[in-house]
Amino acid sequence: MATAPTLKMSAEIAQQIRQHGAQTYPHECCGALLGRDDVDGEVTTPAGVQLPLREIMALFPMTNRREDSAHNRFSVTAEDVRDAEKAARGKKLDVVGWYHSHPDHPARPSQYDREHAWPWYSYVIVSVAKGKPGEMTSWRLSDDRSEYACEGIAIHDRAAG
Amino acid sequence: MGVRVIIPTPLRVYTGKRDSTEVKAQTVGEALGRLTTEFGDLRKHLFTEEGKLRSFVNVYVNDEDIRYLAKENTPTKDGDTISIVPSIAGGSPLRCCSHTPRA
Repeated sequence: MATAPTLKMSAEIAQQIRQHGAQTYPHECCGALLGRDDVDGEVTTPAGVQLPLREIMALFPMTNRREDSAHNRFSVTAEDVRDAEKAARGKKLDVVGWYHSHPDHPARPSQYDREHAWPWYSYVIVSVAKGKPGEMTSWRLSDDRSEYACEGIAIHDRAAG
Repeated sequence: MGVRVIIPTPLRVYTGKRDSTEVKAQTVGEALGRLTTEFGDLRKHLFTEEGKLRSFVNVYVNDEDIRYLAKENTPTKDGDTISIVPSIAGGSPLRCCSHTPRA
């Protein structure tokens, strides 16, 4: 598992993701990660892949559209994606990924996660066990869609800019 | 002038960071075919191995969802804009036997 920290976020942003997961428990929460690439050059992962260092600078919490199975599925519609992109442009940022929670399951991507993933985006997963947020991980799909690699998250104390 | 195709952010790594391209096409299917001929690495992210558009790939012609038009047979003309917009989905495994909840 690659663990080079390729994703940065403030402790405040990390806390907001955890809180969203706790608020929607036992259902999955979801939202967009707004940020920028190339904030501090590139990072080479243990697999030898060069990735730009990416920083999450704001969140765009969203409504999980999967009302039929919200405890183990989340869905963001194309219209929601457009709304998130508009919000990002308003902050001069990009939508660089998505977060969601796994209620009472580990922060590991499911086969369903991988099948529905897009490349390039960071997918942050927070585990919420019995209502309490726990481990948080981030994943990126490989170019050939065969692998969903874990990327290290560096959490810093500085407030998001 | 042709049909302008807007590339979604996560796929711009396969188009040399270009956010749009122009193609000559009479239908959406033809436009996507030309797009994936020009940028071959896009194909597996837009289409399944059977050649069908992936379910989380949404295509609009001038802001109209092609699912409510004629899908990939939707006609296009010079000056039209085709937007490819992701939808996002995921979720936890249906069953999990090995997880010990953290305090």
